[in-house]
Amino acid sequence: MHELSIAMSIVEMAQEEVERRGVQLSAVHLKVGFLTGIVKESLIASYEMACFDTPLQGSRLLVEDVPIIVFCPTCKVQRQLPSMQWFGCSECGTPTPEVLQGRELEVVALEITE
Amino acid sequence: MKSQPRLVEVRKNVLKQNDMAARALRERFQAAGVLVVSLVSSPGSGKTAFLEKTLTMLRPHHRVAALVGDLATENDALRLARSQAPVKQITTGTLCHLEAAMVETALEEWNLDELDILFIENVGNLVCPASYDLGENLRLVLTSVTEGEDKPLKYPTIFNSADVAIVSKMDLADAVDFDWEAASGNIQAVRPGMQIFRVSSKTGDGMDDVLGFLADRLAELRPVVV
Repeated sequence: MHELSIAMSIVEMAQEEVERRGVQLSAVHLKVGFLTGIVKESLIASYEMACFDTPLQGSRLLVEDVPIIVFCPTCKVQRQLPSMQWFGCSECGTPTPEVLQGRELEVVALEITE
Repeated sequence: MKSQPRLVEVRKNVLKQNDMAARALRERFQAAGVLVVSLVSSPGSGKTAFLEKTLTMLRPHHRVAALVGDLATENDALRLARSQAPVKQITTGTLCHLEAAMVETALEEWNLDELDILFIENVGNLVCPASYDLGENLRLVLTSVTEGEDKPLKYPTIFNSADVAIVSKMDLADAVDFDWEAASGNIQAVRPGMQIFRVSSKTGDGMDDVLGFLADRLAELRPVVV
């Protein structure tokens, strides 16, 4: 349900950038961590809605999923979580609350034409 | 001729505005020495009953207040006002979560220096509030025995974002064959090491532990100067 308000923030941010640079936008590259709980399809649909009737209409939202990475205190290394239903080391089984990656919600780049 | 699209790096956090507002709030709370506790849960898990009990029990010893978020109605604020603590309703309209700016606006008429503990009850929703920092010191996630033991597995993002779990409506545990081992196991699976309290807002069972915990956090926030 909050995908629309997030899409609107992205549109607002992108609009500011293209106006400042005096360019046209063809795509927004976005990183979305699994821990944000954001549904990609819903975000893309919301983005199209939020762009409607703005100079950004027709631009695309390209979403890159960011997996959850935790730190295992036993193995002393970073591990990717195989599932969000269990926060622990996939090798040794030690539970760990230390999340290093997966909360990202970041516009990384804009594809523009002059 | 139209030029080829080119890529420009931006690197901007989409929730930057909220994060900045939350940071400003956190600084204000810290300066005023207020412990700020937010509550998240699904609708109907007993946030308001828990908060009413908490406010009523804390009020003789601490200066407490609450902000309460809902899509519509002032019902929760009216219920909480029975505790005699200052309460303000935030109605979000159609928005499914509270944002830091709403908290900031709601606090405009309040003097933070006159408070010890401020509670912020979020909109009943186990998805959207997860990503929005409200400047709180502690986020409590409530889950009631009637909801089943697997809520943490179904909504790992919000349980993982919380600091403390409260299992509510313990007075109904036997009636619904509540499996405490399974519930606590599921909470620990998505947030290893999280402290869990079992309470009944109706009978008051378990409330003393929660209130003691909050008083300890408040004391940590305000080190006694000898």
